[in-house]
Amino acid sequence: MTSSTETVSTQDIIDYAARLGDDAIVIGHRLSEWVSKAPFIEEDVAIGNVALDFFGHARMYYTYAAEVSNKQNGTDDITEDNFAYLRDERQFQNHLLHELHKGDFAYTTARQLLVDVYNKYFLEQLKDSSDATLAAIAVKAAKETRYHCRRSKDWTLRLGDGTSESHERMQVALNDIWGYSHELFELDDLEQRLVDAGVAVDCATLKADWLKEVTAIIEEATLTVPDQEWAVRGGRQGYHTEHLGHLLTEMQFVHRSFPGAKW
Amino acid sequence: MQIIPTKNSIQFEREQFRRNSEFPELWNCLDQVKDPEIPALSLWDIGILKDIKRQGNEASVTITPTYSGCPAMDAIAEDVTTALKQHGIEKTMIITELSPAWTTDWMTDKGRNQLRDYGIAPPNDLIGDHEQPLNSDSQVLCPQCGSADTKLLSEYGSTACKALFQCNSCLESFDLFKHI
Repeated sequence: MTSSTETVSTQDIIDYAARLGDDAIVIGHRLSEWVSKAPFIEEDVAIGNVALDFFGHARMYYTYAAEVSNKQNGTDDITEDNFAYLRDERQFQNHLLHELHKGDFAYTTARQLLVDVYNKYFLEQLKDSSDATLAAIAVKAAKETRYHCRRSKDWTLRLGDGTSESHERMQVALNDIWGYSHELFELDDLEQRLVDAGVAVDCATLKADWLKEVTAIIEEATLTVPDQEWAVRGGRQGYHTEHLGHLLTEMQFVHRSFPGAKW
Repeated sequence: MQIIPTKNSIQFEREQFRRNSEFPELWNCLDQVKDPEIPALSLWDIGILKDIKRQGNEASVTITPTYSGCPAMDAIAEDVTTALKQHGIEKTMIITELSPAWTTDWMTDKGRNQLRDYGIAPPNDLIGDHEQPLNSDSQVLCPQCGSADTKLLSEYGSTACKALFQCNSCLESFDLFKHI
């Protein structure tokens, strides 16, 4: 990343940290929906722990967004909870791929493969951010992501190269979600400004490596990389699928029903 | 003459740092505070305790979380605050430091032995390259019987920082504290 002398708007930093937090919390919540429903108990524990890692990443991003917000507004009462629980659907800016329903286990596995491999390359770049806090978060999150990638690959191989039923379900899942992968590599104006300032990751540059790795795993799993041209986008602008609203309803219910509750 | 180090440089630096602190009584006090998830280990031995500073009856304690989503962090902050009250510290500020990120290399030798005694294999009991992610061929010394004939059951155990193994010799299942 090239560093630049132009000053970065604090609002841009808040928005960027918040959207990275949105990606993490939304997929973390989706994974947590498997707890008590996973194929077997060890997997139940594993998927719960991976979900927890994502909540941890969300907390780091949101806490940073809150810290910068407080500085900007001269307040001290904005916290990570404001970002997680007190924003509505249109204010969430996660990638759509993350919010799609949990589907069957093949669907969750296929999505997780695309997301984990993406995160691996994304965080590697974010480590070089000129923003010291984002860089520190990336170092922390990257360590955990190594384990996530390993697990996603194993499950993709196991299901893809498994029974005819599991193979079929994996292929259907990949075909269903592939069109949502394209927006992972698109920059909007906010990210472009931050890329120019050396803060954000230029995600367009990640696509070649991502595609190469994902393709290798998919083919090893005897599956086929979908060649559909269709693409759905809009998450970073706050335009969501029908799935996010339901997720937020469940996630935010307690906090909004009992404001300020502590235990 | 070749000198064979008995202690790795990371641990040596940690110990030097602690020894040079102005507040040895506070470090000693926090040795009582254990990781709520692994009560065998103190915060120092697990390696998450970075620094303690005191100003009058206020203190600041710097902690580096193990895993970012570790739910034990809140309990740890509470336990630290309670422990320091015995030393007349009325207000404790917990500083969570993300960088440099915590690594299992910061765990003390004592901590590793305590983990093993507690039934959890420490990261260094994994045979082979610790930098590589676990796979189905990964072998770990069983903390119960010491056998290396083990199999990986799940890459995540009872918490995110552990993986679940089973020993083929004594048939006990056990957790490995993963290298990170």
